[in-house]
Amino acid sequence: MVNFGLLYMEIATAALGLMLLAWGLLVPKRERQGIAYLTAAGLLALLALAWCTRGAAGTVLPGYTIDLYSIYFKSLFLTAAFLATICSFDYVAKMGFNQGEYYALLVFATLGMMVLATSGELITLYLGLELMAITFYILVAYRLDDPKSAEAGIKYLLLGALSSAILLYGFSLIYGTCGSTVLREIGKRISSGQADFALLLGLIFVIAGFSFKVTAVPFHMWAPDVYEGAPTPITAFLSVGSKAAAFAALIRILFLGFDNQAFLWLPLVTVLSVLSMVLGNLVAIPQKNVKRLLAYSSVAQGGYLLLGIVSASLLGIGAILYYAMIYVFANMGAFMAATAFYNNDRSDEIKDYAGLARRAPLVAAVMLFSVASLAGIPPLAGFPGKLYLFSSVVARDYSYLWLALLGLLMSAVSVYYYLQIVKAMYTGNPAPQKGALQVSRGMEVAMLLVLGILFFLGIYPTPLTNYAFKAGETLFMP
Amino acid sequence: MSFPVLSAILLAPVAGLLILLFIPEREELTIKIVSALATLVSLVLSVAIYFLYDSSQGGLQFCEEISWLPEWGIKYSLGVDGISLPLVLLTALVGFTAVFASWDIQRRVKEFFIFLLMLVAGIFGVFMTRDLFFFYLFFDMAVIPSYLLIIIWGSTRKEYGAMKLTLYHVVGSAFLLVAIIATAIYGAKALGYFTFDLYSLSQVNFDVGFQKIVFFLMLIGFGVLVPMWPLHLWAPDGHVAAPTAISMLLAGVIMKLGGYGLIRVALWFFPEAAHYWAPFIALLSLVNVIYGAMVAMVQRDLKFVIGYSSVSHMGYVLLGVAALNTLSLDGAVAQMFAHGVMTALFFALVGNVYQRTHTRELARLGGLAHQMPRVAAGFLLAGLASLGLPGLNNFVAEFLIFLGAFGREDLMLGGSLAFRTVAILAISGIVITAVYVLRIVKNVFFGPPLPEWEGLSDVRGVEMVPIVVLGFTLIFFGLLPSLQINMIDASVAPIVAKIKAAKAIGGIF
Repeated sequence: MVNFGLLYMEIATAALGLMLLAWGLLVPKRERQGIAYLTAAGLLALLALAWCTRGAAGTVLPGYTIDLYSIYFKSLFLTAAFLATICSFDYVAKMGFNQGEYYALLVFATLGMMVLATSGELITLYLGLELMAITFYILVAYRLDDPKSAEAGIKYLLLGALSSAILLYGFSLIYGTCGSTVLREIGKRISSGQADFALLLGLIFVIAGFSFKVTAVPFHMWAPDVYEGAPTPITAFLSVGSKAAAFAALIRILFLGFDNQAFLWLPLVTVLSVLSMVLGNLVAIPQKNVKRLLAYSSVAQGGYLLLGIVSASLLGIGAILYYAMIYVFANMGAFMAATAFYNNDRSDEIKDYAGLARRAPLVAAVMLFSVASLAGIPPLAGFPGKLYLFSSVVARDYSYLWLALLGLLMSAVSVYYYLQIVKAMYTGNPAPQKGALQVSRGMEVAMLLVLGILFFLGIYPTPLTNYAFKAGETLFMP
Repeated sequence: MSFPVLSAILLAPVAGLLILLFIPEREELTIKIVSALATLVSLVLSVAIYFLYDSSQGGLQFCEEISWLPEWGIKYSLGVDGISLPLVLLTALVGFTAVFASWDIQRRVKEFFIFLLMLVAGIFGVFMTRDLFFFYLFFDMAVIPSYLLIIIWGSTRKEYGAMKLTLYHVVGSAFLLVAIIATAIYGAKALGYFTFDLYSLSQVNFDVGFQKIVFFLMLIGFGVLVPMWPLHLWAPDGHVAAPTAISMLLAGVIMKLGGYGLIRVALWFFPEAAHYWAPFIALLSLVNVIYGAMVAMVQRDLKFVIGYSSVSHMGYVLLGVAALNTLSLDGAVAQMFAHGVMTALFFALVGNVYQRTHTRELARLGGLAHQMPRVAAGFLLAGLASLGLPGLNNFVAEFLIFLGAFGREDLMLGGSLAFRTVAILAISGIVITAVYVLRIVKNVFFGPPLPEWEGLSDVRGVEMVPIVVLGFTLIFFGLLPSLQINMIDASVAPIVAKIKAAKAIGGIF
C-alpha cells in the first residue's frame, strides 16, 4: 500500500505550479503582475507547511522516504524559490511577457529539486533531476531579446544532456553489478572492501554527473557562461537550489549506497574539492562582470561543501546542510543586489557599480555583507558554516590539516575579489546623471530579511545548527 | 546576578552604532556626540573595573557566561584578568580619543562613525572573551570596517594600503583558524566533549609534535598583527593610508591583538612548543627592534616614521614573549599598553599637523612649535615616552623586558648567554629610537618659524581631548607603575608556572 498522504509537499507544490500555469492562461495579459505575488504567497505557505510538519516521517515506497533530511532540503529549496520570486518581480515585469509560465516553471524546478533530495532510488532520483534540469533549460534561455541568454540556454542544454547521459550510464553499471536501484538495497548487497571494476566505473560516472550540477572543477565549464547569460534571478536560483539538490542526492547515494566503498570515492571527491577551491578562487580574481565573478565564487563554494563529504562523518553532513542553507541567503543576497542594480542601470559590470553606496545604501550593504558572508568573515553567518566544514575535515584525521589550511587560504584569496565589488560600491563616483536606485518595496523587505538572517545566524548560529545536524542524523535512521 | 559590566562595555559601542543608523545623515554634530557618548560609557566602565579589580586575588573577575551552542561547547563567556584588563582599558582610551581625533571629518560622517564603532566593539570582544569561537569571531570582525574606513576616508595610496592590510589580516587569520580548529578537535578527543572554553582547553596535555605545528600556525596568525618581521609589511602602508582615528586604533590596539593572542592562547596552551620556538621568536624580535628602528630613521613621511617605530617597539613585546619568564611577560603586557597609548597619541598629533599643513613630509615641516605649542608639547611627551624616559609608562615596560630577557635561565648550554646577547642588542634599539625621535622633534617643531606655516592655529577645544587623556595616562602609569604591574603579575604567574613545569625541550636552534 503506497502512502500517498506523505507526499503532501510534492503534491502541494505540483498543484501550485499547475494553478499558476492555468492562471496565466485565464487572466488577460496586462493583469498578470499579480501572479508574481501569488507565487510568493504560495511558496511562503508551502514553507510554513514544511516547518509545521517537520516531524513527518515514513516510507512511501522502498526508495522514497520522507524524513527530516528531506524536509530540511525542501525548506531550503522553498526559501530559495521564494527569494528568487521576489527577486523576479521587477525583472520579469520589465520583460513584459509570459509571466504565468515563468513562475510556474520556477515552481516546477523546485518540485524537481524536492524529488531529487527525497528519493532514495536511482530512477526516481533521475526523474527529479531531469524535471529540475529541463525547467532550468527553459528558464535560462528566457530572455528572448538577448542572444547571450539563448547561448546560455543551448550551452546548458547540451552539457546538461551530456551529464545526464554519463549519470545514466553510471546508474546502469551500478544496477548491473548490484541488481537493484534502491540505495539501501545496494548498500546491503555490496560487501565491504569489494572493488569491482564495473562498480568503480559506475561510481566515477555518477560522481562526474553530479559534479556537473555542483559545478565542481573540472566539470564547471558551463557555469560562467550560463550564469552570465541567464536572467539574474534564475542565475541566483540555479546557483543555490540546483547545487543544494545535487548535494542532497550525492550525499544519499554515497553514504547510503556506497558507504563501505569510501576508499574508492574519497580520493575522487578530495581531488574535486581541492581543484574547485583552488581554481574557482583563482579564476574569479580577474573577472570584470559581477555574475561571472559570482559564478566562479560559486564553483569555489562547491569545493568547500565537498569537504563535508570528504570528512565522511555526521559532522561533515551536518556542516554541509548548515552551509547550504547559509549559502542560499548569502548568494541570494548578492544576486538580489545585482538584480536591483541591473533593473536600473542594465549592467552587470563591476566598474558600473561605482558609487552605489551613495545611490542605494541598502543595496550596497546587502551586497557587502552577502559577499562577506560568502568569504566567511565573522560576524556573518558564513563563518560558523566554514568553521563546521573545516572542523569536520580536521576531525576525520589530523593529516587533513593541510586541506583545511589550503581551503582557508583560498577563502582568504576570495576576500580579494569580493572586495573589488565593495571597493567599487563604496569609493567610486557615480556618473552625475544617475540618481537614486529604484527598488521595489518587496525587494527592500527581502533584502532586510536576508541581512537580518546573515547577522543573526552569524552571531547566534544555534537554532539552524541544531536543525541541520539533527536533519543530518535522520539520514542514517533505518 | 550582578550587573554585566563587561557586556555593557562591549555593547555600548554597538548600541551607539544602532542609534546612529536612525539619525539623519545631515545631523553631523548629533552623530559625533552619540559616538563620543557610546565610547565614553565604555571608558568610564573600563576605568571603574580597572580600579575595582582585586589584584591580590588575581584570576578572572567580572565573569559572565551564557550557553550559546551547547553541542559544540561554545559559550558566550566574558571575563578579565590582569593581562586583558589593561588592554581593555587601552581599547577604551584609544576608542574614546579616536572619536575626538575624527571630529573634523567632513565627508560621509554617519558611515564613518558607524564603522568606527563596529571596529571598537570587535576589539573589546577579543580582550574579554574566554571562548575560542568568540575570540576568533571578534578577532576577524575588524576586517570589514577597517577596510572600508581606509578606502573611503584614507589618504596616500589608500586602496593599495587597505587591500594590503586586509589581505595580511585574512591570511593570518586563516592560519589562526586552522590552529584553533586543530586545538578544539584535539581537545574534544582528549576531553571527550567539544569545548571552545579557554580554561578547559588549557587543561589538555597536548602532544609535543602537535604543539610544535599548531604553535607555529598561531605564531603566523598572531604574528601578522603584532607585526612580526617579515609579516610586518602591512603596517607602515596601512598606517600611512588610514585616516587618523584608524591609525590610532590600528597601531594602538589592533596590533595588540597579536601579542595578546600569543600570550593568552599560544603560550598558555603549548608550553613545550613555547620553549621550542622561543629562540626563533627572540631572533625575529631582534630584527623587529633593530630593523624597524633603522628603517624609521630614513623615512621622509611622518606617518611612515611612526609606523616603523611601531614595528620596532612591538619587537620588545615579542622579546618579552620569547624570554618566557614572569618579569619579561609582565613587561610585554605593560609594553603593549604603553606603546598603545603612546602611538595613539603620536598619530593623533600627526593628524592635527596634517589637517593644518596638508603635508606629512619631514622636509617641508619645520618650526611648528611657534604656531602649535600644544601639539609640540604632546609630541615631545610621546617622543620621550618612545625613547624610554624614566617617569613615563614605556620605561617601566621596557625595563622589565630587558631585565627578564637578561635574567633568563636556560637549560641549554649557551642559551642564557645567547639571550643576554639578544637583550643587549635590543637595548641598542632604544639608542636608535632616541636618534630618530629627537631628530623629528627638532626638525618638525623646533627651529626658526617657516613663513609657509604662518597663521596656523593650535589645537583647541575637543581636539585637545586625545592629548590630555593619552598624555595623562602615560604620566600616570609612569609614576605609579605598581597599579599596572601588580595586576599583570598575578595573572602572568600561572602561565609562567605552566611553562616552567613543562619539560624543557631543546629550542629550534
